[in-house]
Amino acid sequence: MSGPIINDTPTKTTEKKITIDPITRLEGHGKIEIFLNDEGNVANAYLQVPELRGFERFCIGRHVQELPVLTNRLCGVCPAAHHIASTKALDAVFDAKPTETAKKLRELFYMGQYTHSHIAHFYALAAPDFVLGPSAPSNKRNVLGVVDAVGVDIGAEVIKHRSYGQKVQEIVGGRATHPCFGLPGGVSKQISEEERAQMEEMAKSCVEFGKFTIKLLHDVVLANQDYMGLVLNQDAYYLETYYMGMVDSDNKTNFYDGDIRVVDQEGKEVVKYKPSEYLDVIAEHVEPWTYMKMPFLKQVGWTGFTAGPSSGIYRVGPLGRINVCEGYTTPLAQAEYEALAKTVKDLGVTGPVHHTLAFHWARVIELQYATERMLELASDKSITSDDIRGEVNEPTEGVGICEAPRGTLIHHYASDKDGLCTKINMIVATTNNYAAINTSVIQAAKALIKNGEVSPGLLNKVEMAFRCYDPCNSCGTHALNGSPALEVNVRRADGSKLDTLRNF
Amino acid sequence: MADKIKIAQYWGAGCGGCDVALLDIDAKILDVHAIAEVVFWPIGFDGKLSEIEAMPDKSITVSFYNGAIRNSENEHVAKVLREKSAVMIAFGSCACFGGTPGLANVTNKKEVFQTVYKDTASTDNPDFVTPQTQLKVPEGELDLPEFYDSVKTLDEVVDVDYFMPGCPPTVNLIALAVDAVAKHVTEGADLPPKGAVIASDKTLCDECDRERVETGRRIEKIYQSYEIKADPKKCLLDQGIICIGPATRAGCGSMCPKANMPCRGCMGPTKAVMDHGGSMLSALSSLLNITDSESKLSEEQIMELMMQVKDPLGTFYAFTLPKSLLKRTVTEKRKRKG
Ligand code: SF4
Ligand code: SF4
Ligand code: SF4
Ligand SMILES: [Fe+2]
Repeated sequence: MSGPIINDTPTKTTEKKITIDPITRLEGHGKIEIFLNDEGNVANAYLQVPELRGFERFCIGRHVQELPVLTNRLCGVCPAAHHIASTKALDAVFDAKPTETAKKLRELFYMGQYTHSHIAHFYALAAPDFVLGPSAPSNKRNVLGVVDAVGVDIGAEVIKHRSYGQKVQEIVGGRATHPCFGLPGGVSKQISEEERAQMEEMAKSCVEFGKFTIKLLHDVVLANQDYMGLVLNQDAYYLETYYMGMVDSDNKTNFYDGDIRVVDQEGKEVVKYKPSEYLDVIAEHVEPWTYMKMPFLKQVGWTGFTAGPSSGIYRVGPLGRINVCEGYTTPLAQAEYEALAKTVKDLGVTGPVHHTLAFHWARVIELQYATERMLELASDKSITSDDIRGEVNEPTEGVGICEAPRGTLIHHYASDKDGLCTKINMIVATTNNYAAINTSVIQAAKALIKNGEVSPGLLNKVEMAFRCYDPCNSCGTHALNGSPALEVNVRRADGSKLDTLRNF
Repeated sequence: MADKIKIAQYWGAGCGGCDVALLDIDAKILDVHAIAEVVFWPIGFDGKLSEIEAMPDKSITVSFYNGAIRNSENEHVAKVLREKSAVMIAFGSCACFGGTPGLANVTNKKEVFQTVYKDTASTDNPDFVTPQTQLKVPEGELDLPEFYDSVKTLDEVVDVDYFMPGCPPTVNLIALAVDAVAKHVTEGADLPPKGAVIASDKTLCDECDRERVETGRRIEKIYQSYEIKADPKKCLLDQGIICIGPATRAGCGSMCPKANMPCRGCMGPTKAVMDHGGSMLSALSSLLNITDSESKLSEEQIMELMMQVKDPLGTFYAFTLPKSLLKRTVTEKRKRKG
């Protein structure tokens, strides 16, 4: 295997605007516009999200029990996250307490999601930049190129373990992409001992694969001076922001349940809130050049695309979580967390890690945690119990929050007494990061493009500034929903009237 | 070795699940790698649209287009790919029928913007700023695709050769399509007839192994899934849970009923019918003994039962609204009103 290609030769451009369209290796749509000034330096850059689907409009009028299945379709990369946040919102709407078994099954299912999602991102989306190099030819810079470089055997391991993650979701959740098992107060399906044993075996293998991935990251990235140069490049990939993520009562990372903690640029806790309190903490700003909104910390305020204590911009996802937590409940993830902490400390960093590319390291630690937690849950024989459904009350209003692979995910529904949705608001993982992502792109563009000199590799390094967030613009562009009052005539194919339906 | 065929996969207004579905064929990816070069697949590959636009017509062997047509960019890329591809496949229910984003066709752009950029609880937008298709910023001009008033299916904007329904299409279905293309390329085998739906022609009930009441089926009361503990062996419809399996195309292996949840119809309607919800309502009417001359339920009782389906749109049209006959009715109603 030849070494990765880090740099290529720039050529001079006289254009005043550089367009990268579409930006690639992310989930969803996006384009970057970079404006140059007369000297050929970057005046500004915009990461535009060109799409919107409008779930928040067409989910109005739907039966709330359908929302876990409908909101799945916000995102086919992390449908499980929406399914979990939605089901938890239903717990709150129906004032229903999920049984212990149901909670364990949901979390086990969810660890399958993390395993799939983090493997997919690291190997298929991020690894091309590291294994082949940011300036490798663009037709090689993809997962197939990675397979060619590292060998089919490793490729097969990657494929196998990502599919184990999918399989666990399918067994517990009914389907891998777009699961259907979530009900207020529980889950729809009991699992058998045979299924449990099968998941335990898969989880064991995934834990080993998690170790392998950490080693690969050390060998390929951390041991490579050129990469470390990129990672530590404070001009291009460094933002001092607030961070947000979910923690348990000991401030250990939890993906499924807990309070949401926000820390500042020094790592001090700013606020810790319960799902039902999210509106006290977050507001969303709108810009006219993009379809995606930009959440910010309400108490700090919106001051545009800058970092620092006076800007309400915060970051979520692996980097956000690693900066708000005080460690992990599982041994291997905890050990690697300490390794990261030590490395960072040796570099003289105190407090949170503000290096944007450290997202990747945080992500593999989380992969390890997810696999270990998956094994804990799959080894628990009590999960085959038939106690999977709790009491349900009359529907009202409620909020459900979980940590999606890409960050804090909020679903908030209100229902009438018939269970029809009257109001819905969602703040999804990537949306939380959007303002920071745009700030990172501006920063990287300014640092990397000088005197009008550009090259495909340089532009890809600008893309690396967003790619490490693993942005999921599918998720972020959900906003649209249903007619509040609709009367329709249902006709047979031949046009004869069958019935008149009303949803009011 | 012969030249590799060229394939493209693009997402319109979709969720990325169709792209993940292609990853889910697992080891088969390596088969695909052996015969095909990916020229465009934004989720995982670095090809840019300008490179595709520069290619000769029909030089891409197959394009898989997933997601619905929600805005002008979705439509533009669909047209470019159509021109550059020998075969164009509508991949997944969004491309085939509009899918879940198609539920937006009960509303319009204005209402969507009002909700998203104004009314939602966390939105802080006192001046009601909304995204603009053309915008002057201090450094120059920016543009955005135009958000349409309604969602269109792929075949409303370009000529489509094959349809692969499912949300997302199942691994079996994809394997079938990959094999068909591979055989065509390597052995010169015929492709299916144009316009074919690459899926089974049966109904979901045909492949569901739950026990059904064979004679005298009758629903007394309609339940929501959360209201009862459904018997995992018996037909859900027989238990009063609306499952739209009778009107839905087989092919998924009845995944939702296997998880003790009702089918919501992501495979779309069966071959024979165009309107998914209409077809389900006919099935339901026979279950309610509406079409039976010896009906034991009065008209009033039937209406009462029907009214228990609180959200008919979300129940019967969760994936197919843009393709349904309803669409026209809804639009007509709007026009009359306004
Ligand atoms: S068909 Fe389903 S999986 Fe495919 S893009 Fe549409 S919502 Fe996503
Ligand atoms: S109605 Fe649903 S549960 Fe009943 S047989 Fe058909 S698919 Fe199965
Ligand atoms: S059961 Fe229905 S909704 Fe579920 S996967 Fe099959 S076709 Fe789709
Ligand atoms: Fe997502």
